[in-house]
Amino acid sequence: MNLTLKIWRQKNKNAEGKFETYPVKDVSPDMSFLEMFDYLNEELINKGEEPIAFDSDCREGICGSCSMWINGRAHGPVPGVTTCQLHMRSFKDGETITVEPWRAKAFPVIKDLVVDRSSFDKVIAAGGFVSINTGGAQDGNTILISKDDASEAFSASMCIGCGACVAACKNSSAMLFVSSKIFHFASLPQGKVEAKTRVQNMVAKMDEEGFGDCSNTYACEAQCPKEISVEKIAKMNREYLTAKLT
Amino acid sequence: MTTFLSGIFTRSVGKKIAMGITGLFLISFLIVHCAINATIFVNDGGKVFNEAAHFMGTNIFIRIMEIVLFAGIIWHIVQALILTLDSRKANSVKYAKFDGKANSKWYSRWMGLLGTLILMFLVVHLLDFWAQARFTGLGIPPVMIDGKEYENMYGKMLEVFSVGWVVVVYILGMISLAYHLMHGFQSAFQSLGLNHKKYTPVIKLTGTLFSIFIPLIFALMPIAIYFGFLK
Repeated sequence: MNLTLKIWRQKNKNAEGKFETYPVKDVSPDMSFLEMFDYLNEELINKGEEPIAFDSDCREGICGSCSMWINGRAHGPVPGVTTCQLHMRSFKDGETITVEPWRAKAFPVIKDLVVDRSSFDKVIAAGGFVSINTGGAQDGNTILISKDDASEAFSASMCIGCGACVAACKNSSAMLFVSSKIFHFASLPQGKVEAKTRVQNMVAKMDEEGFGDCSNTYACEAQCPKEISVEKIAKMNREYLTAKLT
Repeated sequence: MTTFLSGIFTRSVGKKIAMGITGLFLISFLIVHCAINATIFVNDGGKVFNEAAHFMGTNIFIRIMEIVLFAGIIWHIVQALILTLDSRKANSVKYAKFDGKANSKWYSRWMGLLGTLILMFLVVHLLDFWAQARFTGLGIPPVMIDGKEYENMYGKMLEVFSVGWVVVVYILGMISLAYHLMHGFQSAFQSLGLNHKKYTPVIKLTGTLFSIFIPLIFALMPIAIYFGFLK
């Protein structure tokens, strides 16, 4: 495959960025999108040019590091996959592909396609945990958990914190992420103990970090690589309201 | 307990809740307004409608609700402006390429524009009827129904909707309302945390039907009068 890539290049946080166009020849349709970037970077390095900076780690769709806005969509055109699991066979030969970093005030660009997502870490630190006293661990089976609750917690824990929900949202709202992190814990008995303070603290931190307000367009759900449902956001609204009223 | 109610409507989640509550309140108003105005389709020369309009204009509970309604509209608008400005702040750099239709409905993304169109329609609509009924007088003689004198709101409708461009403005207003509701109805439930695997499909279907039929019934009023289907 021969492709034309239009990629956002930006030296550092404070520099002005701009699009650069790169023709890429002889791309295998079996390459992942990131492997195609490695291939292009190798070429740039051989030519003595600065390679394109992008985030990646596990390359198997579970770490949430990769974060590319491809042809107007988070993680590209295939639903339910991260950029690393996107393959070049999903594109047409001769296609021009535009690649941009996540855009949100809470995710400032550090370099090229790499954004600073530490705002997510700060939201987690505000309440995305369970306080457990040290000591001998009790037998796991003494706390009974229904399959429904376990499944609910599991579906929330699917969130890999990649930031696609924020990137896709016209308001740069982080509500799908935050609600997933809340119900990862709040669906289970151990997490219910701190449920009230958790939702209030995490929502407060989310606002403080500069994420926008949710207007229920559901773009987050459509672009989440883990296909997490906006039902989580409704549950968060409910939990928030209950926490405030009681 | 120190956090009780503090920031309930100022935090991001609280703002959604405020939009949802005011939205549902305005929806409840639409039902009442539509039901009363639909009495013109009885086609009795406006008898039932004028009586209903008289009740609405004089009943103390309705008059108090009228003030609450205006407060609700203003709160809904102010909250929407805050939401929009916050979003601008949170999302100052736009994408060069944004495939919006791949992830959401256009009317979900353009609620602000649809709301503005509805507000423009509302100004025209209030000047046509409400402002005259309350303050300046209708400018047409009252009617006698069963020996009692009533303001002729029906006659006013016939007069206003005899002008073609006015009818077009009303139809455009109702199209804006239909799309605004198409997003707003189910969105209000979501914002209030009422999302459930069993009930959400029912809420969505009800919302779609509501968004089609209420504006349609409203739009049929000027159309029926303009084309002389009502006497």
